[in-house]
Amino acid sequence: MTFPIQLMSENEQKLRNVFCEVLQLPAEEIHAGVAYDKTKTWDSVAHMALVAAIDSAFDIMMDTDDVIDMNSYGKAKKILGKYGVHF
Amino acid sequence: MLLEDKVIWITGASRGIGRATALQCASHRASLLLSARSLEGLRETASAAVQAGSPIVEVVPMDVSDSGSIKSAFQQVHRTTKRLDVLVNNAGILRDALLGMINDAQIQEVMQTNVYGTIQLMQYAARMMMPRRNGSIVNVASIIGRTGNEGQVVYGASKAAVIGATKSAARELAPHNVRVNAVAPGVIQTDMIANIPLPKMEELRHSIKMGRLGTAEEVARVILFLASDLSVYVTGQVIGVDGGMWL
Repeated sequence: MTFPIQLMSENEQKLRNVFCEVLQLPAEEIHAGVAYDKTKTWDSVAHMALVAAIDSAFDIMMDTDDVIDMNSYGKAKKILGKYGVHF
Repeated sequence: MLLEDKVIWITGASRGIGRATALQCASHRASLLLSARSLEGLRETASAAVQAGSPIVEVVPMDVSDSGSIKSAFQQVHRTTKRLDVLVNNAGILRDALLGMINDAQIQEVMQTNVYGTIQLMQYAARMMMPRRNGSIVNVASIIGRTGNEGQVVYGASKAAVIGATKSAARELAPHNVRVNAVAPGVIQTDMIANIPLPKMEELRHSIKMGRLGTAEEVARVILFLASDLSVYVTGQVIGVDGGMWL
């Protein structure tokens, strides 16, 4: 499900921006189902760039186990909840 | 000043090569994060680094043999400093034993500190460096990781692993403009070699073409080069600092 940009929380917007920039996807293509094995631009190198960009955007440092588990946009939101980032 | 405005994290900074590197970097105006297990030694290094010219020195207690400790330290640095320009992976241990006398605990201890610790530190550091598209990681390997030596199967294996990790990380991180290099010191006058028996020490000295042991400062100066922008197009290299030693 996608939401109009103006109804998004600040954190949602921030995370979408990170995904758009790192995975080079247009904003309208970012949704919970955007996943590692289904997105052409999301390879292992992009994954690390994505993690670094998320760390930087939300001022956190994810555990390595979470880095490995983060395989979709939806999962990223769920994991970020553990670090006090809510959507 | 080669390191003005750079934030440099040095592990094993309480003595030897780590301490000398801290002072060398401080004299080039780097801001320093200093880690080691010994808080007392760290505080002494920190105080000397301030004297040497470092504008900011922060002590970050960390045990590189403990992944939980590494994670906490990085989370702390990420929150407070928010950036990292250079990581000097210097912490390491030396445990000698001949084949047949090596026990599991010894292998575990050496690998945990010298290899696991180095790899974990590199991967956390890379995450802080990649978004800024700038960074330098300097791993402290050893001549033993390149040539081997009797009685040093475990230590040699661990330092060879550091060299392999350095070269692989360099390839991975080069597209992000993060450089990864290593120094491979020969026999350096530090506490680490204090227990080598005299006859063995003489034998080692004879294998050095310059006829003398190296100093921690001489290694630190090469680390300074790799940390600074003087080496901006150098990555994946292992620089021997051994006075022409042939084992």
